Amino acid sequence: MNAKLADKIATTVIYVIAGMVALVLFSMLGFILVQGLPHLSWHFLTSPALSFEAGGGIGIQLFNSFYLLVLAMVISFPIALGAAIYLNEYAKKSVWTNIIRTAIEILSSLPSVVVGLFGFLLFVVQFKFGFSILSGAIALSIFNLPLLTRSIETSLAQIPYLQREAGAALGLSRWETVLHVVLPAAVPSIVTGVVLSAGRVFGEAAALIFTAGQSAPALNFMDWNPFNISSPLSPMRPAETLAVHIWKINSEGIMPDLNLVSAGASAVLIIVVLIFNFSARKLGMKLFKKLTSS
Amino acid sequence: MDSITEKIKRQSESTRKDRFGRTLSWTALTFIVLVVALIFAFVLSRGLNTFIANKVSVTDFLFGTTWNPSVVNPKTHQPFVGALPMIMGSFLVTFLSAIVATPFAIGTALFMTEIAKKRGAKIMQPIVELLVGIPSVVYGFIGLTVIVPFMRGVVGGSGFGILSGTIVLFVMILPTVTSMTVDTLKSVPRHYRESALAIGATRWQMIYKVILRAATPGILTAVVFGMARAFGEALAVQMVIGNAALMPTGLTTPASTLTSVLTMGIGNTVMGSLQNNVLWTLAMILLLMSLVFNLIIRMIGSKGELK
Amino acid sequence: MPKMHRGRTIFAGILVVLALLIGTAYLTRDKTSSSVSITAVGSTALQPLVEAAGEDYARDNAGVFVNVQGGGTGTGLSQVAQGAVDLGNSDLFAAEKKGIKAQDLVDHQVAVVGITPILNKGLNIHDLTSKQLQDIFTGKVTNWKELNGPDQEIVVINRAAGSGTRAAFEKWGLDGAKSLEAQEQDSSGMVRSIVSSTPGAISYVAFAYGNSSVTSPAINGVAAKDENVKNGTYPIWSYEHIYTKGKPNQAVQGFLDYLMSHQVQSKLVPKLGYISIHDMDIKRSMDGQITANS
Repeated sequence: MNAKLADKIATTVIYVIAGMVALVLFSMLGFILVQGLPHLSWHFLTSPALSFEAGGGIGIQLFNSFYLLVLAMVISFPIALGAAIYLNEYAKKSVWTNIIRTAIEILSSLPSVVVGLFGFLLFVVQFKFGFSILSGAIALSIFNLPLLTRSIETSLAQIPYLQREAGAALGLSRWETVLHVVLPAAVPSIVTGVVLSAGRVFGEAAALIFTAGQSAPALNFMDWNPFNISSPLSPMRPAETLAVHIWKINSEGIMPDLNLVSAGASAVLIIVVLIFNFSARKLGMKLFKKLTSS
Repeated sequence: MDSITEKIKRQSESTRKDRFGRTLSWTALTFIVLVVALIFAFVLSRGLNTFIANKVSVTDFLFGTTWNPSVVNPKTHQPFVGALPMIMGSFLVTFLSAIVATPFAIGTALFMTEIAKKRGAKIMQPIVELLVGIPSVVYGFIGLTVIVPFMRGVVGGSGFGILSGTIVLFVMILPTVTSMTVDTLKSVPRHYRESALAIGATRWQMIYKVILRAATPGILTAVVFGMARAFGEALAVQMVIGNAALMPTGLTTPASTLTSVLTMGIGNTVMGSLQNNVLWTLAMILLLMSLVFNLIIRMIGSKGELK
Repeated sequence: MPKMHRGRTIFAGILVVLALLIGTAYLTRDKTSSSVSITAVGSTALQPLVEAAGEDYARDNAGVFVNVQGGGTGTGLSQVAQGAVDLGNSDLFAAEKKGIKAQDLVDHQVAVVGITPILNKGLNIHDLTSKQLQDIFTGKVTNWKELNGPDQEIVVINRAAGSGTRAAFEKWGLDGAKSLEAQEQDSSGMVRSIVSSTPGAISYVAFAYGNSSVTSPAINGVAAKDENVKNGTYPIWSYEHIYTKGKPNQAVQGFLDYLMSHQVQSKLVPKLGYISIHDMDIKRSMDGQITANS
């Protein structure tokens, strides 16, 4: 057999495959941006959606997406951080730990639609929260917890064991070592992980359809009191997010400019996710430089 | 004397803090486990209702081929709740997309780790990461505006169907499988490569005979992981598959998956009715399948370790 | 460790400020508007109408907030039957939906929607009998040539099982027969574009979505037009219902009265493609009994 020829052919094939994957991404990004960017305007980004007339925007949906993201992060970050610390610093190898790890893995591979239905059953129906930001934020947190826990745990595991020994040698307890030695060293990669998971949460829709709801009532942006139902901050109002909006108008939308709106909304979604992606890396590197140079 | 024993026995400030921290982090972890248990309890209790309260036989449900829960079968006096069409649909799109995605993922991963290490990492790494980040509804939107009309033009029919679903899922799981394959390839020890090249193997021989063999368990894990993601994906698939609860007869005729029937139906049925319970049973199947995928990954992992 | 103390003080400070903010927000909350909040859940077809009417109503009646959520007819009916919400929006009579105790619910019919079959233009068929329609949708005939059309296979496209349009079409268009299992789409616009581009395709949409890209055939010689629905000659139409549990309270009754008012019925209702309930010459009961509308 001609091994050299086989080598050449295989190399070419691999080049072609890699090229095709790159092509797929660029044509997809290009398609979304070319379709959507012309439709973007200040008006589109800030005005409320119209359900049966042309000329609606995505203002409320955009705000809802960010608000839900912040709430979900506020709920899930402390829990994920605690869980990751326990798993990486305290847990010994045992059957128990094994079961817990499996549980987290199962949660991470759970279809997000199942998480959404669980949220619907428990929070919307049982606890009578209704379709609301609160239900949505909790469902998103459940969706986000395993991803975040794993990324924080990896960040912690990357810190050399030497640092912990140094802490112990100084007479610090394990908790103090974690708090003052390990965590500060892990901050850059934790931040990167958090921002990346924020990107995924921002684009999630299936978990929200039956928790945060599919309607975006008009908001009074002059009223920032969370106890008023028409206030943007009210946790009890239904809140359709950008991703849910794209899904909904594509599967049952009735406005005449449906294609334009969904192309524009998709472009916004992609741009936000891209910003998250790039800033995650930039932020991580910057923090790393700052924290290691001092 | 007494004060000294007391001093020794008393917990130091550090110990107290440590105990506090330990409890705090333990609580967080327990909370997650509790959530998982709750999800299982809720979905199982709802899903099993079909069999317990509505007395639908399990075999009818799993192997029946007619799905029309609001119509009663005159022969058995039970509604038509054969879920096989959706189960078939889910498995078909999952396997097909995994089969298509695997060579692409391995090729891209090899490009990044073996063929063009520097350029590969520089160009392909961000591309793969960006693909992971694209939300599933955007994939669905592209599927609906590009792939479905394309299929309609090429193969005729309405353009909705398993093939369109497969294409969308293929692009969706490709980055996941690729990045995990890259990790496994990177973990193949360097001396494997060096010894292969030292005895005169070409690069392809080294890749094919040594690296891919050594990385097989890892690649399999990556593929199963991608399949788990494809199996549970709801919205993107629902937008392009056509949603006909029929036994799939071809790749270009409309079909449905467990997730697409779930998202379409759950709002149109009444809580506690049979029509609603059967949907929860579908959710239960999804849940159990993600358990199965996890077990498979574990099995591959432990087999890989033994070698 | 002064650094740690500083961190702690800042943290405590933030907590105190947050608590103060929430406290003042709670005290200064708008007590009038949160006191009357009407919640409507259900049919996505009816949602835009109730939403738009609710916004206008809230503008004219300070202190009333109408919270409209989607979720589907089934969700709406079960939530209102449980007393979890004030209004349940439905495309169907409650008694037609399995698992609902209809006797507790009071029906308020707010609009009428006419449904027309739509055909691919290439078929050049402009007239169908009810019998033919039934044969097509139950799969008795599979080729258009059996109905004196071109030699072309029949492609049936359904709406989602359990959707209001489908239920009404099966009940009044197919004489209660169930449509065969076929492709399902949930969006009227999508259904129309599939029918217009697929040779031999047939489906059905509300009147508002029929346009020149598809043919909407006459049924038994009666054209699918608003006036034929109003005078009772065109059979395929349905009511849009809003259900309350028992007699509505004063605030809810006020909103229902507003929905029935001239302002809503003559402006919003036609704008959405519905037929005003006041324009109907006839009344139809759930089992098809037709009486003159007084």
